Amino acid sequence: MSAITGPIPFGVQDTAHGGGHAPGDNYLNHSRGIKSWLLTLDHKRIGLMYMIGILSAFALGGFFAISLRTVLWNPGPARGASAASANAYMDLYNHLFTLHGVVMVFLFIIPAVPAIFGNFVLPLMLGAKDVAFPRLNLLSFYLWCGGALFFSYVLLSGVMESAFGIKWPGGFGLDTGWTFYTPYSTSKAAGAVVPATLGAFILGFSSILTGLNFVATIHMLRPKGMSWFRMPLMLWALYATSIIQILATPVLAITLLLLAAERALGIGIFDPALGGDPVMYQHFFWFYSHPAVYIMVLPAMGVISELMVTFSRKHIFGYNFIAASSIAIALLGFLVWGHHMFVSGQSPLANAIFSLLTFAVAIPSAIKVFNWLATLYKGDIRLKTPMLYALGFVYLFTIGGLTGLFLGALSVDVHLTNTIFIVAHFHYVMMGSTLFAFLGGMYYWWPKMFGRMCNENWGRLAFLIILVGFNLTFFPQFIAGSLGMPRRYATYPIQFIGYHRSATFGAYIMATGLIIAGLNLLHGMLRGRKAPANPWGGSTLEWQTPSPPPHDNFSTTPGPVGDPYDLHGIVEDKKTGEWYRLPDAGKPRTGPAH
Amino acid sequence: MTDVAHSNAAVLAPDLAGHNHDPHLAHHFDTPDQQYQSGKLAMWVFLGTEILMFGGLFCAYAVYRHNHPEVFEFAHRYLDRTLGAVNTLVLIASSFTMAWAVRCSQLGLNKPLKILLALTFLGGVGFMGIKTIEYEAKWKHHVFVGSKNKYRNDSLKGVGKPVDSNTEFEEEGAEVEPPAENKLSAHKTAPGAEGKAEASHEAAAKRSDVGATTWGRGIVDPNAGTPDEAAIRPTYADPGGLAAGVVPGHHGEMHYADLTDAQRQHVYTFFSIYFMMTGLHGVHVLVGMALIAWIWLRARRNEFGPTFFTPVDLVGLYWHLVDLIWIFLFPLLYLIH
Repeated sequence: MSAITGPIPFGVQDTAHGGGHAPGDNYLNHSRGIKSWLLTLDHKRIGLMYMIGILSAFALGGFFAISLRTVLWNPGPARGASAASANAYMDLYNHLFTLHGVVMVFLFIIPAVPAIFGNFVLPLMLGAKDVAFPRLNLLSFYLWCGGALFFSYVLLSGVMESAFGIKWPGGFGLDTGWTFYTPYSTSKAAGAVVPATLGAFILGFSSILTGLNFVATIHMLRPKGMSWFRMPLMLWALYATSIIQILATPVLAITLLLLAAERALGIGIFDPALGGDPVMYQHFFWFYSHPAVYIMVLPAMGVISELMVTFSRKHIFGYNFIAASSIAIALLGFLVWGHHMFVSGQSPLANAIFSLLTFAVAIPSAIKVFNWLATLYKGDIRLKTPMLYALGFVYLFTIGGLTGLFLGALSVDVHLTNTIFIVAHFHYVMMGSTLFAFLGGMYYWWPKMFGRMCNENWGRLAFLIILVGFNLTFFPQFIAGSLGMPRRYATYPIQFIGYHRSATFGAYIMATGLIIAGLNLLHGMLRGRKAPANPWGGSTLEWQTPSPPPHDNFSTTPGPVGDPYDLHGIVEDKKTGEWYRLPDAGKPRTGPAH
Repeated sequence: MTDVAHSNAAVLAPDLAGHNHDPHLAHHFDTPDQQYQSGKLAMWVFLGTEILMFGGLFCAYAVYRHNHPEVFEFAHRYLDRTLGAVNTLVLIASSFTMAWAVRCSQLGLNKPLKILLALTFLGGVGFMGIKTIEYEAKWKHHVFVGSKNKYRNDSLKGVGKPVDSNTEFEEEGAEVEPPAENKLSAHKTAPGAEGKAEASHEAAAKRSDVGATTWGRGIVDPNAGTPDEAAIRPTYADPGGLAAGVVPGHHGEMHYADLTDAQRQHVYTFFSIYFMMTGLHGVHVLVGMALIAWIWLRARRNEFGPTFFTPVDLVGLYWHLVDLIWIFLFPLLYLIH
């Protein structure tokens, strides 16, 4: 790695050759004024606008999470409380967990990785100037905002009603749980179900259009030489995600439309009082929402594949298997929705089939995990902040995935259904996995987005705090759940107090860690050390353009396009922290990668 | 060990930044063909999502029809086949003019393009007009969606909810509510063979009372004698009539009185599905009409020709899909046997 003679820095080379860009001109300062942002067609700016919106939603959802954990600090309303105040206590809890779920699922975790990183890095990874349909992309963003607006209405109506006694049309708050199960949601619920479902409906459109855009982009804008099996794995993951978004979301759309029509107009498709079938609602809902959990986790897996390569300094192990497993997860994910209804009166035969298929989904997931581990094996592992999150992902995803198998097993599921074991399981997968990958991706691409580095030590510390806090929050819930603690209950018997207090305490710790991580990112953006074009030694195309990239992404044509994970000859300049490809290694390797 | 290892020193297309003189070519595409193919791919994918969205409704339809075939058989008689058939023809004709318009835009024949787009638009107007007549008939007939549906209350009675809309219907007199039904559902709470037999007699007796009412176009009463009766409800004695598929003795000729309480609970389900399906389809027709109007305005500015016809092509695809969905809706809803 020594004897660097005449290194060619990736980014500097581009600006030096000058594709018409003044030095220092980048997508952030290319044009100024609020209008140049709000009406931008630049995928990078749209990605950043998504980031602002999605992180606000995350903060809001986090606030509800902390609040609901605070309610659960005590086993129930105070002794001697009047019936009215006890009711208010339960009601508050119902609203809090519902809003936490709705905001986190629809506004944060589903769009997080595809809308932020997908928008920002997908064209860069392709060496393209933009996504296939930039205007459609902007429309997706505004649809997201429109959906968020409906949810704001739901929230505000709750605040207005409970704090000021002012009634808004449509109901107040939301207390149905994020699943909007009928018939409660269509008849008895006091919450603003119609605004909430319409909000989710509009967010669905945003999701569909983003997916459609990515599919067209990946099909049509791959550069010459980038065959399907030379795409970075992040793109495979985004492609698989887009397929799910396209195929599953329309079913949610019609389900929510029927739900809203049922509540607002009184049609009778799900309400048993009108001859409808509530289990049909569950089938419709989970036909979308089970694939949707793969919308949440697949792009995160793509991020992890990128991180594993860059920070192990080693070619990805089993590229084909990881790529194919993304597609396999996307397709198998459509066939397992019935495992949410093992106790809803589904036929035993259907239960058995769904259980079997559920086990089958574990196979591609496990393939990914083992390939990542094999990538680490004998790698030159750098424990930078993004890599810590990647390792945390593998650890937490394994726990989340294996406990998913418990739930897929019929007899065990009957015992565990509707306990907080399930809450723990899906938080390990959604939060422990997706959120960790999201944070890892944030730290990884942050220098590319803003051209500045974050503080490594604070980043690592925050990771550690989040990891500890996370396990303290959710691991006890596995135990409490298997002992019979139901989910969505505001009160609990006294013997569960230890688990609940541990969880609440852990939630506070996790919130502290997240705040530190967020402040560190913010500080890096404003005050951090200037980032080189390639600060981590990544081999994919986005590291060939300066940080932050120019308005149209690449001043010169990026390339050569070969093996995306060919790290051969990419070395670090220890003084500047910049990574270079040695000039005599310019030709991508054609032999086996390791 | 993987495909990626077999990489050659391939390079990107050299001219990503090159300026093209085609005003319709966006900066991030290399060729107009690439742009056209991208649009086409995206449109097909989008149509796939539309089909999936309607798929949910078709699924609900299939489940309920499978579970309650006799209810669907009964309730579908409220729909006017003639109007449905005319609408089908209108849409097929408009699809034809649309396809012709696409061809004209490809050939650069701007004048026929404008005329054909206008005709297609008129097809949409005609369809929606007829649909409005049908909906209006449902409204007058009290089988509209929501609390305006008289059968909805029979559904609700089963679970002990208050019934308050009988009075509402009484305002308009006997012509709207065959009295037999009210009596029946009021004093029948559980399905029972004895009660049912009694009810059928009573209903049959009442049916003959309500004969001479005047119904507007599209208003079809499956129970009472109406001017449309002959068209929709041939008698047992004439199995060779239009409803030959209804086998006497199987479910027989379905009257409301013949349905059990459990079945009556589902009459309203049919209308729920009918209105959701046709309503959502109607919204799609309106969207399609807006798109056609937009294309027509662009055609007036002579924007389309052999080198650029993507919007016409894509709107055409959309319009054909809207047409196609109706072609499935019509037999499923109007032609139940």
